[in-house]
Amino acid sequence: MEHELFSRGPSPAVRLTFFILLSLLLLVSDAHYSYLKTLRAGIATVIYPLQRIAMMPVELLGAMGDYTRTQSSLVKDNAFLQRQNLENRAALLRYRALQQENDHMRQLFGAQAHVNAPSVMAEILYDERDPFSRKVVVDKGLQAHVIEGSAVIDNAGVIGQVLQVYPFSSEISLITDKDHPTPVQVLRNGLRAIVFGFGSSNLLDLKYMSLNTDIRPGDLLVTSGLDGTFPAGLPVATVVTVDRNPVYAFSRITCKPVAGVDRYRQVLILAPESPLPQPNLATKPELPPAKGKK
Amino acid sequence: MEIAPKEEILLPAKPGFIALSLFSAFLLNLLPLGSFIEWIRPDFVAMLLLYWCIHQPHRVGIGTSWIFGILVDVADGTLFGEHALAYSLMAFVALVLRRRVSMLSLDHQFTHVTLILLIMQAVIVLTGFVAKDIFVGWAYFLGSLTAGLLWPGLTYLLKLPQRPKPDPDRI
Repeated sequence: MEHELFSRGPSPAVRLTFFILLSLLLLVSDAHYSYLKTLRAGIATVIYPLQRIAMMPVELLGAMGDYTRTQSSLVKDNAFLQRQNLENRAALLRYRALQQENDHMRQLFGAQAHVNAPSVMAEILYDERDPFSRKVVVDKGLQAHVIEGSAVIDNAGVIGQVLQVYPFSSEISLITDKDHPTPVQVLRNGLRAIVFGFGSSNLLDLKYMSLNTDIRPGDLLVTSGLDGTFPAGLPVATVVTVDRNPVYAFSRITCKPVAGVDRYRQVLILAPESPLPQPNLATKPELPPAKGKK
Repeated sequence: MEIAPKEEILLPAKPGFIALSLFSAFLLNLLPLGSFIEWIRPDFVAMLLLYWCIHQPHRVGIGTSWIFGILVDVADGTLFGEHALAYSLMAFVALVLRRRVSMLSLDHQFTHVTLILLIMQAVIVLTGFVAKDIFVGWAYFLGSLTAGLLWPGLTYLLKLPQRPKPDPDRI
């Protein structure tokens, strides 16, 4: 290091040590405690306008694409949507009838009526560039009364869970994020399990299922609703492969998400049906102690 | 080793211009791109910080790099301090090597710049590996190569406002 004729403040080595220590302090506290959430939310609010500016070229391109879309494709789209609408309406009628029947039966059993959770429609702004996690940011936050921990779905199924709420946006952790747990149930036989994200690929891992479990490729997994966060019965994933290798204590089951986890832009945020338990109780579904890491 | 033929005489860089360039780089980082371009996209903020650490070490140094690292951490949703740690280390390396790098011709700067950026990315990958037990794959490092290739263009662009205007009185 050269010597400055007129030195300004502490030497680079001292400064570097100071900033390295500061970074390490932040890293440890961010990884293990949640003291820094407000600070992060504050900075996120400051850079939000910049993020909107960065989105502009994409929105402009989209608007231009809309403008130049041809009549024929619009007619085709319209016909398709009308047909779909009709089909959906039929399904909806059937659903209403079933719901009425269900409500009636619940009353008969003296059970609590199933309350429809309030929902917020949101649009995905961008994928986060963090290579270590799978998260997206949507354009609804505190101002739209988004609640931390809410389930996020698209038209096909569950895509994730609200991780952090900022004033004008919120961060969503996708179900494919590493070790993101989603409590599920096999639709065919009602078997309960927890499905985890792989992190590196767009796949899910059904853990802790013994070798003789009745599960087959093609089985649909839906949310079990046991965690109080996800309403029960939302499609999550289909089983792709089941590997029953007696060398391991559990079978290795790989699943593929039903929802377009990295495809669509419009999502629905469902508020939890019951208030979430306090953080000192189990916020996550109870996990068995982690066996050796993969 | 080739040495730049002659030292250019440049006007001092304006602090406003430095700030503007850093914020534009931050915007470029936020620009949503397709997944393919995402892989080869250089970290513009790191490039600009490196450039100013080499050319204006009194204005941009370890502290500025750390602050921009925190901003990038929030924007990218990475752990608090991950980029801040990597950027401040990069700034330090740049300050140590800056005399050497600024003496080199542009094509020799390529190797130095790419190497410094690779070290920076290695710090990020290592932090992520320690904290979350994930290795992101080698393709992550492609961004530094692109950054190295873009370096001469960046240098040319950023030096434009510092070039003295042709003297109107000269014959």
